[in-house]
Amino acid sequence: MELREELLYSKSHEWVKKEGDEAVIGLTDYAQSELGDLVFVNLPEEDEEVTAGESFADVESVKAVSDVYSPVTGVVSAVNEELLDAPEMINESPYDAWFVRVKDITAEEELLSAEEYEAFVESEKNS
Amino acid sequence: MLLFEKSRPGRGCRELPPCDVETVSLPENDRRRKTLHLPALSEVDISRHYSGLARRTHGVNDGFYPLGSCTMKYNPGINEAAASLPGFTQIHPLQGEDTAQGCMEVLHLAEKYLCEITGMDRMTFQPAAGAHGEFTGLLLIKAYHESRQDRKRTKILVPDSAHGTNPASASMAGYSVVSIPSNSDGCVDIEKLKEAAGDDVAGLMLTNPNTVGLFDRNILEITEIVHQCGGLCYYDGANLNAVMGIARPGDMGFDIVHLNLHKTFSTPHGGGGPGSGPVGCREFLADFLPSVLVSEKAPYRFEKPSQSIGEMKSFYGNFLVVVRALTYLLTLGKEGIPEASQNAVLNANYLRCHLKDLYPMAYDATCMHEFVMSLSDLKKETGISAMDIAKGLLDHGIHPPTMYFPLIVDEALMAEPTETESRETLDEAIGVFRSLYRLAQEDPEKLHAAPVTTPVTRLDEVTAARHPVLRYEFQTEDEA
Repeated sequence: MELREELLYSKSHEWVKKEGDEAVIGLTDYAQSELGDLVFVNLPEEDEEVTAGESFADVESVKAVSDVYSPVTGVVSAVNEELLDAPEMINESPYDAWFVRVKDITAEEELLSAEEYEAFVESEKNS
Repeated sequence: MLLFEKSRPGRGCRELPPCDVETVSLPENDRRRKTLHLPALSEVDISRHYSGLARRTHGVNDGFYPLGSCTMKYNPGINEAAASLPGFTQIHPLQGEDTAQGCMEVLHLAEKYLCEITGMDRMTFQPAAGAHGEFTGLLLIKAYHESRQDRKRTKILVPDSAHGTNPASASMAGYSVVSIPSNSDGCVDIEKLKEAAGDDVAGLMLTNPNTVGLFDRNILEITEIVHQCGGLCYYDGANLNAVMGIARPGDMGFDIVHLNLHKTFSTPHGGGGPGSGPVGCREFLADFLPSVLVSEKAPYRFEKPSQSIGEMKSFYGNFLVVVRALTYLLTLGKEGIPEASQNAVLNANYLRCHLKDLYPMAYDATCMHEFVMSLSDLKKETGISAMDIAKGLLDHGIHPPTMYFPLIVDEALMAEPTETESRETLDEAIGVFRSLYRLAQEDPEKLHAAPVTTPVTRLDEVTAARHPVLRYEFQTEDEA
């Protein structure tokens, strides 16, 4: 499982990169490996509001459709539309395949450091 | 090789009878200018083409088909005999009511019997399949709330074990979906349901027995909670085969029910069916049903409900499917219908009890018509997944159970044998499952390579989903 020290992680397996007042959000390497090969992505639109703990996108593998949850509350300022035509980017390079950039952040979920997230994933695997 | 590739100019066969009505020509502007790409083949080539396709597929007439939640029961031949009667086939949807009384009686009787089985008051046969029925039911819920000027209800509650079509249909109907978690027994978490219930809830969609094959014992409390908050209760009939003639959704507190005639009532399923997803409701919703209904007394008349949500499909739905289902109902009768359900439950438990020492059950309890195994331990130990076992079954002429569903169970295999399988078939399948388990321990590579005896082996599902080829490319546009 690949982790990036500079990122924060949610318990629903999204990564968050803080850039100034904004947050960039994607799916973790662990999440993509559990989901398997992704074949379809549904993304929100610019200016849509997202709420911490609620689904803002979904990804589809050959097995199932899964929600992607927003770790923060705010407004979408940019969407990575490249993913729509190439969902495999999430499998190939999960930390480059960002989903959305969120501005006007008013709330955020409890976020974990790389080390804490690693321990969380281990505990989930064993439960 | 496709029919189009076997086509040779000048070949053909005379299958169409001479036209017995006056021919009319379309106006010049509406006429097609390019030639149609119709394949030209002799009768023997066509016959061999389709026989070849039939040999390469697997249906319930070929072997065991325990596809969970799909109720792949055998479709008795007598259904086909009835549906082929000229009185049912040589009719026109617009002919006068006086000349179609027999067909209308079929719709009337099927409605009456299915209402009796479900505990509903009226039923429409327009919806063409289950999800279409769900959508119809949701439009009924919407019409009901709107008729009461109750516009604050924007949510539909759906348990997390539900069929994917439930949230999809609710979204299509313009509702937002609230997922209700299951408790550790696989049933609805009552406390979570209570938290979600409120005056913004339009309704609840539920199957009972549920998707893990368990009858929710709290069903009366569940429907009561939803009614208390002003919502309606929708019964997804996907799993009715466990309880038909024994427990009625209406008595459980449901207001709307959809049935899958192509599952529970032995009409063709898969390969284009066509399906039929009739929707029944209680009297207070009957005025909203799609048009048209058949009057309750002879001579039969078509009636349009006064506040009808409109047409869900042309005319009367897939009528000949209703003929088949009515034939099934009349063949089994009021003793046979519950007996079929009892045998469906018995067969599922027989299979479950002979597998559970090797294949752990997701919920280890007496099941209804189906059960869910979790192969996550096997995967950890041997690397053999639910997918690998499913592919291994194909080499033994058995259609795999439903895989990776419901989503709340890891490495799920969901098996529904149905009542039409004999003990010998079940014993044979048990033997195959157990031998595959041993193979997983001893020679997992062999299972990774399965299937090896089928016309195609492992398909590249990922490429198929990412880069689907959806139409045949003709060599040139003019070649015909």
